[in-house]
Amino acid sequence: MRSMIALVLGAFAAVAAAADVGEIKVVRGAAHIERGKEQLPVKVGMPVQEADKVVTGADGNVGITFADNSLLSVGPSSVLAIDKYVFDSTTHAGQFDSTLSKGTLAVVSGKMVKQSPDAMRVRTPSAIMGVRGTDFIVKVD
Amino acid sequence: MAALAVIAAIALAVFLTRPGKPNETVVVLPSADGHVGTVVVQRGETRQVLDQAYATSRSGEKQVVKLSDAEVKHDFGATLQALPARPTSFMLYFITGTDELTPESKAELQNVLAALKDRPLPDVLVIGHTDTVGELTTNDRLSAQRAETLKGFLVDIGIPVTRIRTAGRGERELLIRTADEVDEPRNRRVEINVR
Repeated sequence: MRSMIALVLGAFAAVAAAADVGEIKVVRGAAHIERGKEQLPVKVGMPVQEADKVVTGADGNVGITFADNSLLSVGPSSVLAIDKYVFDSTTHAGQFDSTLSKGTLAVVSGKMVKQSPDAMRVRTPSAIMGVRGTDFIVKVD
Repeated sequence: MAALAVIAAIALAVFLTRPGKPNETVVVLPSADGHVGTVVVQRGETRQVLDQAYATSRSGEKQVVKLSDAEVKHDFGATLQALPARPTSFMLYFITGTDELTPESKAELQNVLAALKDRPLPDVLVIGHTDTVGELTTNDRLSAQRAETLKGFLVDIGIPVTRIRTAGRGERELLIRTADEVDEPRNRRVEINVR
């Protein structure tokens, strides 16, 4: 019974299959995900995976909820790479690294930064941000 | 000599077309509950700590500045509006030995339904619990039944059944720790996690 519960809870945390780390919740305007050699149009309910690159057009916005309840919004004319995403739904330990090479990103940090303050990092062309449990915005012009 | 001129020309062309360093801005915002955390910005040798609402770091500027709420809304409004709805959770309570909600929780159920209607594609996890009155196995069944009853309410308002997961924890995860066979209303509950 206990292991079944863990399974149910684990499934909830991971949204769906093992490689899925988040889910697209909001889509406005033009946007796609680059996954390996594929270019996938985004739609609400689509899973997000480690190593995905979210690309938006001039009118594009994409909102993503991650397994640890981190929330991301990728603004217009942006490129965001999910470099690394690991989250243990039992211990809340994890690591979330992403790179914004251009455009705008809004972040609401989730459970993993409450567990370990250095779990979330955002890179830009000239900086690296460490996140300690907060909402913030990054813009690269 | 001609070769040298070509090399010089190429070097000049590379220099002229090299893109300028991008302008970067980082702004810390108060969260929905007013809490302000910290972002540490490491830019080369420079390290800036942003730990106040609207504290802003810009590339090429040594000082941390503060943007106004209006400036943030103007510059980043569209991006902020596309943030997914905040994950939230609810607790509903039951009449002893049944899967019928208390009158107060019947009213609270309306808030749960409203939160769900706000989301285009919600994820819901419903976990049922019991107090320690009765057998362990009976309580396992009752807690699962409580979760299923809640799931029924959610399906009734149009939440796709595939988006709802349920679990029953019986008396294994008491909110209020009690001895066995104790009638404790706060333990007869379902936890509903929505995102």
